[in-house]
Amino acid sequence: MKKVFERPHALSDVTLHYCPGCTHGIVHRLVAEVIDELGIEGNTVGIASVGCSVFSYNYFECDMQEAAHGRAPAVATGVKRALRDKIVFTYQGDGDLAAIGTAETVHAATRGENITVIFINNTTYGMTGGQMAPTTLVGQVTQTTPYGRKTETQGYPINMSEMLATLEGTAYIERVAADSVQHIRAAKKAIKKAFETQIAGKGFSMVEVLSTCPTNWGLSPAESMQWLRDNMIPQYPLGVFKEKE
Amino acid sequence: MTQIILAGFGGQGILFAGKQLAYAGMLTGKEVSWLPSYGPEMRGGTANCHVILSDQEIAAPMIQSPDVLIALNQPSLEKFEKAVRAGGKIFYDSSMIDRVPENDEAHIFAVPATTIAASLGANNLANIVMLGKVLKESEVLTMDEIRMAMEKTISARKQNLLELNMKCLQAGFDYQA
Amino acid sequence: MSEKVLMKGNEALAEAAIRAGCRLFFGYPITPQTEVSAYMSKRMPQVDGLFLQAESEVAAINMVYGAAGAGARVMTSSSSPGISLKQEGISYIAASDLPCLVVNIVRGGPGLGGIQPAQSDYFQAVKGGGHGDYHLVVLAPASVQELVDLTAEAFDIGDMYRVPVMIMGDGMLGQMMEPITFGEPKKRNLPEKTWATTGTAMQRKKNVVNSLYLTPEELEELNNERAKRYAAIEENEVKVELQQVEDADLVLVAYGVTARIAKTAAAIAREKGMKVGLIRPITLWPFPKKEIANAAKSAKCFLTVEMSQGQMVEDVRLAVNGAKPVHFYGRNGGIVPTPDEIVKEMEKLLGGANE
Repeated sequence: MKKVFERPHALSDVTLHYCPGCTHGIVHRLVAEVIDELGIEGNTVGIASVGCSVFSYNYFECDMQEAAHGRAPAVATGVKRALRDKIVFTYQGDGDLAAIGTAETVHAATRGENITVIFINNTTYGMTGGQMAPTTLVGQVTQTTPYGRKTETQGYPINMSEMLATLEGTAYIERVAADSVQHIRAAKKAIKKAFETQIAGKGFSMVEVLSTCPTNWGLSPAESMQWLRDNMIPQYPLGVFKEKE
Repeated sequence: MTQIILAGFGGQGILFAGKQLAYAGMLTGKEVSWLPSYGPEMRGGTANCHVILSDQEIAAPMIQSPDVLIALNQPSLEKFEKAVRAGGKIFYDSSMIDRVPENDEAHIFAVPATTIAASLGANNLANIVMLGKVLKESEVLTMDEIRMAMEKTISARKQNLLELNMKCLQAGFDYQA
Repeated sequence: MSEKVLMKGNEALAEAAIRAGCRLFFGYPITPQTEVSAYMSKRMPQVDGLFLQAESEVAAINMVYGAAGAGARVMTSSSSPGISLKQEGISYIAASDLPCLVVNIVRGGPGLGGIQPAQSDYFQAVKGGGHGDYHLVVLAPASVQELVDLTAEAFDIGDMYRVPVMIMGDGMLGQMMEPITFGEPKKRNLPEKTWATTGTAMQRKKNVVNSLYLTPEELEELNNERAKRYAAIEENEVKVELQQVEDADLVLVAYGVTARIAKTAAAIAREKGMKVGLIRPITLWPFPKKEIANAAKSAKCFLTVEMSQGQMVEDVRLAVNGAKPVHFYGRNGGIVPTPDEIVKEMEKLLGGANE
């Protein structure tokens, strides 16, 4: 019998803890497929962060480190500088990357740190039960914005890709979405491109993946996909924001 | 054991002069320590360093009662003059300080070091002129030993400054009031 | 090799680290230890090593975490306020069983405090600092030569027991110059870093550097395993200097440069006929409990001298365990006690005893 579909080798054969309909599973798979296709599993060190993806060190077959909240880019820097010929990636959520770890993110980027960042933006702190994230949309209801995010008191969503693209040190920045087959195919291409950017030694690469959180959004998985399309993409347009030759 | 405090404005080469003493001491097989003041006071305020030369292990690196005080400005003199032990020596730059040190039990040496240095075309080397006088008036180290230290501590790029330093050292050594 | 050179503490420590095989330094500027960074930035490129100035102390310690996890000999250095910022990372490093060297050139605190020498970070260093049950091995050199020797030793102790090690100096030690030699450090038989995340090369199962354990039983077991290593460190790694303790009525206890001042005070006191000895802990953790308890059998009292409001004195009291009175004399805020002050204090305590 011909095998038409299988688990990527770089994705561990364990049950993921993610909620039904969460797109973390999809993005994990995409990263693992890319690692397989590039043949870099034995040469890669991944950095898990704090948030829903905290256990991602259990889900990838390559060597992994678990970083303190927000510190993944600094930890990745340490690994990359110690092992210059290894491929190093971080896997971070929006609270981790764009709130508590903003300084580490911006400075790893501006140093042109030759690492790849997979950035999951689902507009919420999922692990702790759905509080406002820096990426929460204006008017969006979360546990800590029960009346909707108000700009007068809670400010505006942060567009990390646009911001980081302005830095000289970044080599490749793209925003993709995990809401449809077409977008997921594009997401995989972007992730591959990001790893290839690192392999070519060009500098900091990041793929921002617009993702869903059905549990904390209070929507079904299918509704979540639609919500992402209707609400997130207008605030966070898809596309390549930086591509160094 | 000889305990020496050098003090003056930041920029007068206090730490450098102290380092020559410590280095020369080390080259002659002594135990030595060199403890500087540090921080914002070094920028324009009073800088000082404590240098100890000893035949035995040096315990406290900071000096309570110096055997020798080298003061290149008035605030430094005021800060340390009374601490000099009975029978100790105070060397002060009389071209910078217009009063006599207050310490009846110490030997006082007035040296117009800044003026002497300037006359040799070395505006910044009052510290070294002072050092020459210290060598003359105490048995702590010889001219040759300081020269050895300078050869080691002055970077290769600046070796041309060595002779000027030695000239100032000699001028201080030869100075008679 | 054995040529004597005159070097500042901060620079000597940096050179000693390089000679001990450290090739990665992550720092952030803070007085009074900036010379460490300055020296590293100059020297590291010459030995194909890395100096990286991080965006914060927080980032620097997490870079250390990453590099240590990758199996490298790695260090950072800072001074008190910066060390406070590093506490999160230090806790993670300890919890992930990673070896590294953290240097604290202590300045007066709390808060921004001052920049003059102090010993007021003792509690932070030996009682945790960060969260959770963990220890740092804390080494407290008193001279530039000892700083050099202990730097090499610190890396070895770290690698041997998979623990972070701290060298705690103060502004005085960092800034002063003394003659030193870089000898060949004693080589220990160090275990291979089979746990390091260096890439599997598809040859082994993956390594994970981690401190998250949501199952209480699992976390307790790991903590208990680590505690066994801590016990071994307490058994094997205590370093202490004893001076004239046997016949002493009063035993001074002091560490770092303060111990040298106490030494001068002890010499003056002996000249005056007071029977004074000195115990100088070189390791603050593990603490020389046995040596102090031993001294308590013969001494009449103890006087702990610190550049703080009294921190190590608590450990001295625990070691003496009520057998004899333990007194304290300290200056703080960046003020260094003088030998005369200490002598006066001893005269007060021994007043009747030596008449």
